[in-house]
Amino acid sequence: MTAAISLHAARLAYGQRVLWQDLELAVEPGEFLAVLGPNGSGKTSLLRVLLGTQALSAGTVRVAGFAAGQGNDRIGYIPQQRAMDTGLALRGTDLVALGLDGHRWGIGLRGRKQRKQRVAEAVDAVGASAYAGKPLGQLSGGEQQRLRVAQALVGEPDVLLCDEPLLSLDLAHQRLVSELIDRRRTEAGTAVLFVTHEINPILSYVDRLLYLVGGRFRIGTPDEVLTSATLSELYGTRVEVIRVADQIHVAGARVALCEDEPHHLEHAAGH
Amino acid sequence: MFDFELTATLLGMSFVQEALLAGAIVALIAGVLGPLVVTRRMSFAVHGTSELAFTGGAAALLLGVGLGYGALAGAIVAALLLGLLGQRESDRDSVIGAVLAFGLGVGVFLLWLYPGRASNKFGLLVGQITAVDSTNLIFMVGAGILVLAVLAVIYRPLLFASVDQDVAIARGVPAKVLAPIFAVLIGIASAMGVLTVGALLVLALLITPAAAACRVTASPLRATLLAVLFAETAMLGGIVLSLAPGVPVSAFVTGISFVIYVVCRVYAWWRARTRRISESAEPQAFPVSG
Repeated sequence: MTAAISLHAARLAYGQRVLWQDLELAVEPGEFLAVLGPNGSGKTSLLRVLLGTQALSAGTVRVAGFAAGQGNDRIGYIPQQRAMDTGLALRGTDLVALGLDGHRWGIGLRGRKQRKQRVAEAVDAVGASAYAGKPLGQLSGGEQQRLRVAQALVGEPDVLLCDEPLLSLDLAHQRLVSELIDRRRTEAGTAVLFVTHEINPILSYVDRLLYLVGGRFRIGTPDEVLTSATLSELYGTRVEVIRVADQIHVAGARVALCEDEPHHLEHAAGH
Repeated sequence: MFDFELTATLLGMSFVQEALLAGAIVALIAGVLGPLVVTRRMSFAVHGTSELAFTGGAAALLLGVGLGYGALAGAIVAALLLGLLGQRESDRDSVIGAVLAFGLGVGVFLLWLYPGRASNKFGLLVGQITAVDSTNLIFMVGAGILVLAVLAVIYRPLLFASVDQDVAIARGVPAKVLAPIFAVLIGIASAMGVLTVGALLVLALLITPAAAACRVTASPLRATLLAVLFAETAMLGGIVLSLAPGVPVSAFVTGISFVIYVVCRVYAWWRARTRRISESAEPQAFPVSG
């Protein structure tokens, strides 16, 4: 089976600053890969490379069987939560429907019945039926984010790219969204690449990790990567990995794995 | 001021009927494009585009070519210029301001050079729909069909890119190609507006009806239908009302569209208020925290 996502000898640099290089990565269909690392380590840039909006400085990248940027209708994308305009003339169901066929030409009058049904199923799956008909701008951040998940899944993607999808969600909805993503990859073999600051809500689903720190990286299972020895080497300073029940906490300078607020991380990265 | 008999007589005349037809076409195009303009927050860009359509119209007057073609050329130059210079969102506002002011100044200069009748000059700014002749009408019909045809092809991805740019790009929508195409469509609509309601008042047709519609519905389809309805009401109502007193149509067109806007805002406010009251009146078994 060919990999759903593959990077070969990949290098990304902005001028003199090298974000990462010699990156070899193959994500198999149905695999759940988490991408971790402090801000500025190139996590979001990696997503841009996979989406084809950022070119590699060297190396090759293929996503869902195409060169990056060529097969994007096979990709589901969940962006970071960002508030919608309160006056936006768009309902939740419209947002989800755009995820299904918004990239196609035309006005979409044909096949309305089928679209409506698929949208309704996707909305129901994320538990958003009660409010999906309301104007998007009037929904809370968590409600919007669940619709984002429905939007990404309704197109039945082969590859799911997630950029901090749990950020604005409470614990119950973090679990709901993680389970939905996990179910998609086990049932349909969708490869998942999940960029996050916070590993614990998804720890039980993750097959492998890509951990990026200041140009260095490690790829492996959580047990291989999330050890005091490996992370100390990556960060170049002493880092302790502590396991409490089924959670992992990382303690040490410039490490903010357990911060759930991203702005804390920015402080941490600046020191 | 409103003489019904005179109005009825004028309505029977062919130049008035041509004006109504031209107005109906412009209002249709404006109503269809409007919700996208509002969603993309391009009101100021529309204003800038229509000012340059005025400049183009002034140049056409001076050169003795068709007004419509001059306005169209000006509007398309504006659309491309704004697209080229204002690619970064932080720059966009100031770029439009700078281009708009310069274009208006050039237009005033060109009008000063023009030796003809003053009413032609005035008409470019505030509209002189009864001056629409059959050549202009052919231009309007052609331009209208072109805009609708292009929009029929790009509507769905354009809407996607307008409401949700990052995800649209991730799904393969060529947002960077669609933006200038849409700018040119706006340029064409602005040029059509300059020929009817005048450069200063294109906003009354392209923005106000759509802004009103977006207040009362969140469905893109319904917003578009309402915007067309509002634009037609303002346009045709404005023309009919202006006939007997002989004032420029734009005065009534803007008046009607603003009244519709205010009514829609009041309705939206009232609806939100009654909904809140009915929600808070529902009995709750448990106090909900947070």
